[in-house]
Amino acid sequence: MLALSDFLTVGAILFCLSVAGIIINRKNVIILLMCIELMLLAVNTNFIAFSRFADDVSGQVFVFFILTVAAAEAAIGLAILVVLFRNKNSINVEDLDVMKG
Amino acid sequence: MNDLSLIMPEILLTGFVCLLLMVDVYRKPSSGGVTFWTAVVSVGIVLVSIVTYWPAEKSTGFSETLVIDPMSILLKLVLLISLLFNFFYAREYFKRSGKGQSEFYILAIFSALGMMVLISAQSLLTLYLGLELLSLSLYAMVAMERDSALASEAAMKYFILGALSSGMLLYGISMLYGVSGTLNLAELAEYSVRGDQSLLLVFGLVFVLVGISFKLGIAPFHMWVPDVYQGASTPVTLFISSAPKIAAFAMAIRVLVDGLPGLSIQWSAMLTILAVTSIAIGNIVAIAQTNIKRMLAYSTISHMGFLILGVIAATAQGYAASMFYVIIYAITSMSAFGIIILLVSKSKAPELINDFAGLAKTRPWISFISMVVIFSLAGVPPFAGFWAKWFVLKELIASGSVVVAAVAVIFSLIGAYYYLRVVKIMYFDEPAPDSHAGNQPSLGTYVFTLNGALILFLGLFPGVLMHYCLVAMQAY
Repeated sequence: MLALSDFLTVGAILFCLSVAGIIINRKNVIILLMCIELMLLAVNTNFIAFSRFADDVSGQVFVFFILTVAAAEAAIGLAILVVLFRNKNSINVEDLDVMKG
Repeated sequence: MNDLSLIMPEILLTGFVCLLLMVDVYRKPSSGGVTFWTAVVSVGIVLVSIVTYWPAEKSTGFSETLVIDPMSILLKLVLLISLLFNFFYAREYFKRSGKGQSEFYILAIFSALGMMVLISAQSLLTLYLGLELLSLSLYAMVAMERDSALASEAAMKYFILGALSSGMLLYGISMLYGVSGTLNLAELAEYSVRGDQSLLLVFGLVFVLVGISFKLGIAPFHMWVPDVYQGASTPVTLFISSAPKIAAFAMAIRVLVDGLPGLSIQWSAMLTILAVTSIAIGNIVAIAQTNIKRMLAYSTISHMGFLILGVIAATAQGYAASMFYVIIYAITSMSAFGIIILLVSKSKAPELINDFAGLAKTRPWISFISMVVIFSLAGVPPFAGFWAKWFVLKELIASGSVVVAAVAVIFSLIGAYYYLRVVKIMYFDEPAPDSHAGNQPSLGTYVFTLNGALILFLGLFPGVLMHYCLVAMQAY
């Protein structure tokens, strides 16, 4: 039987990976979007584990809402990406540097 | 009250925004004003429907996920009034620049709907949903000017950082849920006061605070503010600088005061650091700016730091002072961006502070109101901004944080330099040839004048608004 802490460890590792991906990645905006999805899924793992071990269903309900919002968020993110590509002909993170200071 | 009657304003607004979408699809291309006037009338009706709730007893609905209390009603009223001002400014901008975008009104109302849900949230789930509706609409609004490389870059930065902060907030929420076993803020409050497992609660609190600070734009989570303010088109910047700040303040009160009163020592310590950093960074970096929107962005960062000082005091009067601050700030910052909008024309848009040179000679009335607005931002008596700072500092000193108050005053003095520089450039520099010429008074000028008069009125009679803020916060 896996303990609650095992699930939380997996969640924490996924969360750290996604934050690291957002901060370290300098190449491609799509990878940033993938990291954001990964981050939300890490939170979902947490919620499901807590919900299961506390025998309380509201955490699982929260997960459904997060999944739905994540879909809307991805749609907006990709739409902005398309606009960005049309204006700059590039989706390189390093090219997002017109505004500074 | 019955559940549905509790959220009648939200239901009305949802209905109206659907109507607005249809109106915008079927209107004649020549009749650009139809969407605007429908939006204004819709928001006006919702505004009236909210007024009828005042003064409300605290009542909860939908299995205690939503709450209507005096604070939520007052904040929703201010929110919708600022939305109305916003619409008039946006209309002025679209007329002057010739770039009509009626999506603005629709997205702004969707965003306001999210803010209303957020203001009324009594559960971490409603809080999250309101926040996401508000932010997703804002991302789309920033990207709305689709031919501008600056706007799309700003939208991308805003989106990535916004999603990152939502993720942090969610991780914090999952921790709070896991420790306390509830999403309801009132039950969470009981749990936090009991004080078991407080270490894990603090762990969750840190992540939640990151999310709140990002939405308010407090240092060190302020990186998006200058870029978004500069890149987005001016009416969108005007919107972002006013209404969402009110919602973010409500979010801070809901989570920290409603949800985690047992950890008030911990969160006020964390907020003190954030507020002081924010006031320092905002005021010092603003001096180096040449772009007026970027300068106002750094001014926002310092104002948000100041706003949080009232929450640090952790008393009902402190929260009321913060609430007063955020309302005054929303009114003042709208008119600050209003100045830029009133100088826009088809051929040029003022971006640099030097574009305002000699405004007093060419447009004396606008530059006079601008002076009122800028003095209010700087905190010069007798304008409203002075009283906002005064009330916050008074509560801060009453709660014993004299050193923090002194630091805040010193940085405000440093900040006065860059505000007064704008006034100096407007009044004492020579205008560039044929600048600001040929502008007739328009609807926008009257709205701008009204906005300036409001700042002066609230500066002369601050007690009127402060009374309502105290009533709204008396429950704490």
